[in-house]
Amino acid sequence: MRWETGLAVLVVAIGILGASISSQFFSSGNIFYLGLSSGEIAIMALPMTLIIISGEIDLSVASILGMSSALLGFLWSHGWPMPAIFAMIAILGVLAGSLNAVLVTRLGLPSLAVTIGTLALYRGIALILLGANTISTFPGSYTSIGTTQISGTDLSWSAGIFLIMAVIFGIVLHVTPFGRWIYAMGASPEAALFAGIRVRRVKTILFIVSGVVCSFAGVLYTFRLATAVSNNGLGLELDVVAIALVGGVSIFGGKGSITGVVLAVLAFAGIQNALFLTNFNQEATGIVIGGLLLVSVFVPNLAGLTERGRRRLIGTARTLKAPSHGVP
Amino acid sequence: MSTVVAPTEPSGTPTDVRSRRLTDRVFRLRESGIIVVLAMFVLVTTAIQPRFLDSANIQFVLVNTTVFALLALGETLVVVSRNVDLSIGSVLGLSAYMSSSLFGSIHGISVVVVFLTGLGIGLACGFANGLMVALGRVPSLVVTLATLYVIRGIDILHVGGGEVVASTLPSSFTNIPQDTFLGIPVVAIAVAVVVAAGAYYMRSFRSGRELYAIGSNPEAARLAGIPVGRRVFTAFALSGAIAGLAGVLWAAQYQTIDSSAGTGYELQVIAAVVVGGVAIFGGSGSAVGAAIGALLLATINSALNVLGISSLWVEAIAGFLLLLAISLDRVISLRLANALRLMRSRGGA
Repeated sequence: MRWETGLAVLVVAIGILGASISSQFFSSGNIFYLGLSSGEIAIMALPMTLIIISGEIDLSVASILGMSSALLGFLWSHGWPMPAIFAMIAILGVLAGSLNAVLVTRLGLPSLAVTIGTLALYRGIALILLGANTISTFPGSYTSIGTTQISGTDLSWSAGIFLIMAVIFGIVLHVTPFGRWIYAMGASPEAALFAGIRVRRVKTILFIVSGVVCSFAGVLYTFRLATAVSNNGLGLELDVVAIALVGGVSIFGGKGSITGVVLAVLAFAGIQNALFLTNFNQEATGIVIGGLLLVSVFVPNLAGLTERGRRRLIGTARTLKAPSHGVP
Repeated sequence: MSTVVAPTEPSGTPTDVRSRRLTDRVFRLRESGIIVVLAMFVLVTTAIQPRFLDSANIQFVLVNTTVFALLALGETLVVVSRNVDLSIGSVLGLSAYMSSSLFGSIHGISVVVVFLTGLGIGLACGFANGLMVALGRVPSLVVTLATLYVIRGIDILHVGGGEVVASTLPSSFTNIPQDTFLGIPVVAIAVAVVVAAGAYYMRSFRSGRELYAIGSNPEAARLAGIPVGRRVFTAFALSGAIAGLAGVLWAAQYQTIDSSAGTGYELQVIAAVVVGGVAIFGGSGSAVGAAIGALLLATINSALNVLGISSLWVEAIAGFLLLLAISLDRVISLRLANALRLMRSRGGA
């Protein structure tokens, strides 16, 4: 059974479970809330998926979100006009992604270590920018994305943006040659290099795209909460990685799909929402993510484990049955 | 029929010995490098603000470091074998709450029992991690990421909105971080001994050295007959137990424990460990270096405070140091590889 099929079954099951828990589950208000609370994480999961498939990882995503949120608050409180602020935030995203890219591709450093470092560095910059201040004087026209749907639908703005981006990322990954290069790089970096794929260039692009997307997600996050504070998004990077992994992306690279990630987002949002409706302690929903994650890695391995066990049994049986070397 | 045995190079040839000496020297240099940075930091800060080296401040820094140094020891065991343990922050939090809440629920319980409880909780978590990584052959990043969530979730469910407050803790417990021996906090001495013992074990005991082999090349280690599964399991079990112990110490120090205790510690510890010279992909580094990395970060924190620079800079500096450390390590190892290659091509036949 393919991973995505299993995930789809899971999403349907969660939907049924949710509807049985509360009649509110599929109400328009709840769907709006569903999309709202996990919008930014879902958006960040898209470039993360591409990066993990290519064999790297980017743990600095939540810190880039926080840093852009801090920059937004900082510049706004200093009277900058919004369009100029947006431009600066885009530049910030490019710079943040570029630093990751240079350290990984030019210096050849492991992306796990690099992005742990930049996670701290960017969070630190967010702290330096805002300190202990909280900026909440944003104009209502922007912060309304936290309270109003896209006109004519039940979707929140972040959910709508996620869906559009998912289509774009899906096309890039599954249809274009660029996408095939990403899979190749993850499956076998050496072979990809010798096949003529510009590995460095592709990885650089991926990290910069991640930087820009995450800084944009920071803007969404800030407006949704109508607050810019230095610990915005703290710890979200693990959620993003968890979603990608549950979505079928292999941590070793070379495997995964956007469909799977979208389904994982739905599963994640659905579970969180179902638990919310049952008054489950919101902060403990981590147990569910953790459990999902474990199941997602053990189920495929289970097949391998039983296969190994079976083969060992057959092998033992064969040697017992084999005739001994007799001397004629 | 006689078999021809290819002549093998005796292992004591000049090239071999020279390249081994060079490698040893470079690695020892790396460790002394952090000590040099630490010393420089202390000197510069003291020159600007003599208050930095007064006994109250030193005690404060040392006590603060003890928890992280312990965690760094456990993490080193795991990282050296090419794994990672992301769950230590959650384990610390769970152990801190559950052990210190015993004082409130069981009157007159002995401090030793509380410490053992914390150790036991950590050991159980470590067992779970180790089983899943060693038996299930699942990458440790994923397993410990999941247990980070699950353990933190269990902690939150158990604690709810409650907390352990200092008034429920007996003074025999809360005095532990404050006891000193010849001016040095007793906990710092104890942790230093534990870290030294850990480093000695990794260096001089077969099972300890095998961790390095596993981190250096897991397949080769397996083929060489090293019981990889058992070693990795032990590393995770120890890491969990140490995190559990650190949790109890943490509780004694901070005295107010809620469900957020230890959040985010895992990344700080990994940063300390990498700055201390442990390679993120395993195979090299020592627990002593990792502990010094933890000390360095705590010192920087204190130095910034004393110099009046906002402690907001600490995180950015820590991140920058980490990047600097791994970049330097990379450059050094590339140069070393080049030098070894030149040596061999010049010295060999």
